[in-house]
Amino acid sequence: MKRKFSVILSAIFLLSMVLTACGGNSNSDASPSQSSSPPASTPAETTPASTEPASPEPAEQGDKKVEIFSWWTGAGEEAGLLALIDLFKQKQPDIEVINAAVAGGAGTNAKAVLASRMQGGDPPSAFQVHGGAELNTGWVAADKVSPLNDLYDQEGWKDKFPKDLIDMVSKDGNIYSVPVNIHRGNVIFYNKKIFDDNGLKAPTTFEEFFKVADALQAKGITPLALGDKEPWTATMLFENVLLGELGAEDYKKLWTGEIAFDDARVVKSLETFKKMLTYVNKDHAARNWQDAAQLVAKGEAAMNNMGDWAKGYFTTDLKLTADKDFGWVASPGSTGTFMVVTDTFALPKESKDQATAKEFLKVLGSVEGQDVFNPLKGSIPARVDADASKYDVYGKATIEDFKKSKLTPSMAHGSAAPEGFTTQANQAINIFVTQGNVEQTAKALKQAQESNGMKK
Amino acid sequence: MNSLRSTEQSNKTGVISAVTVHSSRRKSDKLVPLLMLLPSVAAIAIFVYGFIAWTGYVSLSEWNTLVTDFSFAGLDNYKFLFQDFRFQSDLRNTLMFTVLFILGAMVIGLFLAVMVDRKVRGEAFFRNIFIFPMALSFVVTGVVWQWILNPTTGINLILKSIGVNNVPNWFVSTDIVPKIHVGQIEFGLPVAIISVALAAIWQMSGFAMAMYLAGLRGIPDDLREAARVDGASERQVLQKVILPQLRPITMSLIIILAHISLKIFDLVYAMTGPGAMFVTDVPGVYMFETTFRGNHYAQGAGIAIIMLLLVSLLIVPYLVSNMRKGEG
Repeated sequence: MKRKFSVILSAIFLLSMVLTACGGNSNSDASPSQSSSPPASTPAETTPASTEPASPEPAEQGDKKVEIFSWWTGAGEEAGLLALIDLFKQKQPDIEVINAAVAGGAGTNAKAVLASRMQGGDPPSAFQVHGGAELNTGWVAADKVSPLNDLYDQEGWKDKFPKDLIDMVSKDGNIYSVPVNIHRGNVIFYNKKIFDDNGLKAPTTFEEFFKVADALQAKGITPLALGDKEPWTATMLFENVLLGELGAEDYKKLWTGEIAFDDARVVKSLETFKKMLTYVNKDHAARNWQDAAQLVAKGEAAMNNMGDWAKGYFTTDLKLTADKDFGWVASPGSTGTFMVVTDTFALPKESKDQATAKEFLKVLGSVEGQDVFNPLKGSIPARVDADASKYDVYGKATIEDFKKSKLTPSMAHGSAAPEGFTTQANQAINIFVTQGNVEQTAKALKQAQESNGMKK
Repeated sequence: MNSLRSTEQSNKTGVISAVTVHSSRRKSDKLVPLLMLLPSVAAIAIFVYGFIAWTGYVSLSEWNTLVTDFSFAGLDNYKFLFQDFRFQSDLRNTLMFTVLFILGAMVIGLFLAVMVDRKVRGEAFFRNIFIFPMALSFVVTGVVWQWILNPTTGINLILKSIGVNNVPNWFVSTDIVPKIHVGQIEFGLPVAIISVALAAIWQMSGFAMAMYLAGLRGIPDDLREAARVDGASERQVLQKVILPQLRPITMSLIIILAHISLKIFDLVYAMTGPGAMFVTDVPGVYMFETTFRGNHYAQGAGIAIIMLLLVSLLIVPYLVSNMRKGEG
């Protein structure tokens, strides 16, 4: 009896061993981090889920689906995404849409999930990516996305998006993604009341900026609000100084390595940046960008350099009125240029149903799609022929600026340089904010430029 | 004939089988537990040690972009890290944080345990109050203490209202005392890390109290009585009788607290982030940002391996001494 029992037991163990070994094998064959992908995306699980409710309908219809990957889970952006999905459903009622948005970390979590899904051969149908280096030195270089030239030709998009913008999402003549929105990075938001009360005019050059800052400081008002608990805000301020000092053309050359980071003008930018930092609020390291914007909203500080998502924060969260409570101006020396932060959608090469995914990209790139998404998100459309009447006073002015200005990519938001450079630049700037060592920072940036392959 | 032979055979086999049953049962006695353990051993081998080996392998590769690249890089990633301002700061911060955190949690925990052990009324109530912070997640603790210690709002408002003008800057301070230049960084105690340690101590001293309380309850009253009979004062009882008996508890506590502090991530990430000039950065935060923000997978793996080595510096001697005790 006992013997039989032990035989059965060992049989069970052998079986379980085989099973665990199989599990181990299949797991190690795929990506090690595959388990972190949302379960809804594995084909085995989605197929029964989608065919069951669709059983009364013809089987073909349940087969078409498109999975949209983004990090749009915040208030305005999620509303925009859902409106976009609704619009798509009206146009393509046969295609099921899966919203695979990953929350948190300003896209960091989403990017980590995306990386493991792409490397594990289980990509979504279309995914959000910042135009520029994040797309080109990342996914395009990894040969993971499909070119979309045929889509652009078919839809006649090539003259509907600005050329500078198409260049930003292209590499070697191939276009790789569809821009959906535009944010501007080189904006100084200022408290109108403070400026009016003190008879000041918003500064457009560095000289004017420091004059205004001195005047404000003399009155006991913090001239510039900064919240660099997350270092990218300081990096953003620095890149706008670079843009102001170098001008659009030479600013772009930094990212191709044609101008090195120990160039005299970069050193001068660091000096200017350092001087600007003497005018910021003392507790900048304890604040995030919203906290800094709040200082301006409450009238405790006069100016704040932030991307124009701060406008959404002012109007939606703090209930301020554009052009009445707060004003805006291009950051010093950068009038006529437009620091672009653009969300685009790309198509993974390994995605199974490319045709269906392209249907979604068509809606995304259409005037209708852009005008349903952007007013909700608080950004402006990437197309030049969108309907400006749907946007508020800030949006209208920015749409005009966008058409006229030279477009430059933002480094702080991954459009100008590889992620590796941005990480190291954030580090160098974070140290610089406290230590103020110009020479050492220029050296660190140059080193990062070289080690990330940003050469001629 | 046939039947005779078969019985003969069966007799033979009967003898043999009796022998084999005997020895095979002995074998199976050893085999069954072994087989029982195998699945979990296999799972751990793959999912723990296998991935540690994998991480080690990645850390020696060139995989520092989105494109997977497993060409051998030697120790380049480690060389980069040990020359890096941020990583050097991380090592300093981890050391300082660990010392502050363990000392703080242990001293406060012991104090609370001795107090609660005095058979006070409502002992259970106090015990629960002190141990409750442990039920919170480090993220919650981080957010709450970030508000409390925010230099412009927070506790400084109370300090100002009672007349303290020179309020501390808490985790925003970039001071390091004393400033000794080592490598790329100033070595010393970053003032900002004290704030982080404070939050961690608040959360974990209740746990230290619970451990010590268990230890104190394990010491028989006879011992104290005997000491008292011998004329020892209460302080002497504590110093000479009770504290020496708590040594094993202290050892375990140090191991548990140290492995928490060497791996700390969530508290720092929620409370301060890397901090100005990386005064509150720790390897865990750096690893996360390098890997998932910078796509420097090999460097991230390098940081992970160094963290593992740091923890094993503590854990391995403990395990070895435990094993020796187990054998003896």
